[in-house]
Amino acid sequence: MRFMVGKAKGHGSTTRRQAITRFVATAALMATTALTGLTFGSTGARAEDEIRIGVIYPLTGAAASTGVELKAAAELAAAMVNKEIAAPEGLTVAAGLPRLKGAKIKLIFGDHQGNPQVGATEAERLITSEKVVALTGAYFSNVTATASQVAERYGVPFLNAESSSASLTQRNFKWFFRTTPHDDLFVTNFFTFLEDMEKKTGKELRTLGLFNENTLWGNETTKLQVRLSDERKFKIAEKIIYPAKTTQMTSEVQRLKAANPAVIMQSSYLGDAILSMKTYKELGFSPSMLLANDAGFNDSEFLKTLGKDGEYIISREVWALDQAERNPLIKKVNDLMRERSGVNFNGNSARSFTGIAVLADALNRAGSTKPEDIRKALQETNIPGSGLIMPWKGIKFDANGQNELGQGIIVQVQGGQYVTVWPTEVATKPIVFPMPAWDKR
Amino acid sequence: MTADILLQVLVSGLLIGLIYALVAVGLTLIFGVMDIVNFAHGEFLMLGMYASFWAFALFHVDPVIALPFTALLLFAVGVIVYQTVIRRVLKAPMLSQIFATFGLMILLRGLAQFFWKPDHRLIPHSLVSGNIALGPVQFGLPQVVAALGAVGVTGALWFFLHRTRLGTALEATAIDREAATLMGIDGQKMFALAWGIGAACAGLAGGLIATFFPIFPEVGSNFILIAFVVVVLGGFGSVTGAFLAGIIVGLIEVLGGFLIGPEYKTAIVLSLLLIVLLVRPKGLMGKA
Repeated sequence: MRFMVGKAKGHGSTTRRQAITRFVATAALMATTALTGLTFGSTGARAEDEIRIGVIYPLTGAAASTGVELKAAAELAAAMVNKEIAAPEGLTVAAGLPRLKGAKIKLIFGDHQGNPQVGATEAERLITSEKVVALTGAYFSNVTATASQVAERYGVPFLNAESSSASLTQRNFKWFFRTTPHDDLFVTNFFTFLEDMEKKTGKELRTLGLFNENTLWGNETTKLQVRLSDERKFKIAEKIIYPAKTTQMTSEVQRLKAANPAVIMQSSYLGDAILSMKTYKELGFSPSMLLANDAGFNDSEFLKTLGKDGEYIISREVWALDQAERNPLIKKVNDLMRERSGVNFNGNSARSFTGIAVLADALNRAGSTKPEDIRKALQETNIPGSGLIMPWKGIKFDANGQNELGQGIIVQVQGGQYVTVWPTEVATKPIVFPMPAWDKR
Repeated sequence: MTADILLQVLVSGLLIGLIYALVAVGLTLIFGVMDIVNFAHGEFLMLGMYASFWAFALFHVDPVIALPFTALLLFAVGVIVYQTVIRRVLKAPMLSQIFATFGLMILLRGLAQFFWKPDHRLIPHSLVSGNIALGPVQFGLPQVVAALGAVGVTGALWFFLHRTRLGTALEATAIDREAATLMGIDGQKMFALAWGIGAACAGLAGGLIATFFPIFPEVGSNFILIAFVVVVLGGFGSVTGAFLAGIIVGLIEVLGGFLIGPEYKTAIVLSLLLIVLLVRPKGLMGKA
């Protein structure tokens, strides 16, 4: 059977042209339409003695797996503050809220999907319709930037526990506080670490390949790395800012391979981190050191998905499970976390936990739920390192709301674990250097 | 040294380009037959990846061996989607059609996240793993197998469309729905077939890349925009065009990224889209 198709051509061509227009229109729609916000807020009745705290995380979207862990950590902290779970003695959260007559905190979650606009909308919703007294979140630096702007406008304290973009505390905000150390410190640590390594190994580690993703975080990291390599006489052999959420990374890795630097400094979220490791292996590229900037490389999914292929990467951290040897409280809290959510803490979730603890501490000292009182109490925060599950000296905010007592550590994946390798005084294992080639593992 | 690197880059571009081609072939087929843009096409890819993942996790079936099963499953998904959703909006205004597939995209993503969690997953020990070195050029075996699979599937589809009665009937429906109906071809059946095959192509692409690409509910969004560019470049509805365009886009993306800078690789691909629309809106092999 053959069909007479020639005759139909004239008719076909008009519909096709319309179809093309339609196609382009829809593609444009596709490119510009952001998914509307799914919200996770509960609408239950509000008890008198309930203090509502808004928590904004990426609960759907590409970073949802991280968001879910952060949420679990925040909920664990809240449960401890509310005495639903007994917190280990000595920890800040164990104090509860005695000055608020044992009131309970309730976390109201918002989902920003990794989108700064959605983050701002969620902050607004939590403040205006959920009547939260303080906000925390949002993991992504760019979302924290927009969401905290909304909080600043409404005069509601915003405590950020896990975004590390340095500019966040350079905005002269009155209502913004950050517990975690920021990228300046972390990135400065990298260079100090490399200098230490040079002394120890006698090997030249002066040529760098910068490999960072292209959102706010990656861009700021790049700027800082460029400045610091200049100051400390390092040479940048290759600088790549790649589009996040990509289908292939061969062009990136090829450029790195061609430049052949001694050290790769990489900033990637989870999906890209996994894909880049796969591409390194595919193209047989192993630099002598892969120095990752936390995030995707420290997500608990990273090793779970990559297994042995994730070995030997070095990353900065704010937290590591092996630090439990230094502080027995860490082990106890981690056991509780694993019991409840089936996962260990990591640097991200430990900081989220700490964020809620700090808010609760401020609420208690404020003895009030008025935003201004909470802000004042936050400003006066002075928590010793022993009350935290972080390897910090403590928490004390400077005039810009930045915690002055935070510090970072450097970890390496060895035998499926993140072990602390630097600074030497808190290291638990010697570093494996250089990173073994793929065919010699 | 430089020639080696260039060769390697070309090979990498070709390998990923063939995958783009396979994803786009399904999209262009559905569009060609019924002028509906399937926004949920990336989600078919995602379902294909998860099908491979679960076949591996639950029954220890390697993704490569599970391919026929993945294809059948996604074929069924495509037909079901057609029967339950698309059939109802066939005569509806354009906007309704857009929102139907757009909504389907959100639904499938949401369901995937709900049932399978937002975790990133990988298939750890596929039959195909490791590298082959051919002189200075390195190939990842999973990538090579995926690319060869893409060639095979596209070839089979081409054969089906041009050398079998059923395929010719499908082509006829694509060219002129009414005339085809007058010739005794059941339009409804053809539409369902197009959705089945389109989804199966995306599913096969998913199964093929599941050996090396992380699997997560949002994975479709990484591929869909490129698939649209490929469809435009290849010419709407043209399977051969989409195949060639996939390779071209892959090469341009990887080569452009390497030579000009990876930060511009998306921009390069999207500029290509603009240039095609301005200079040759019917694409390489379009019939406009």
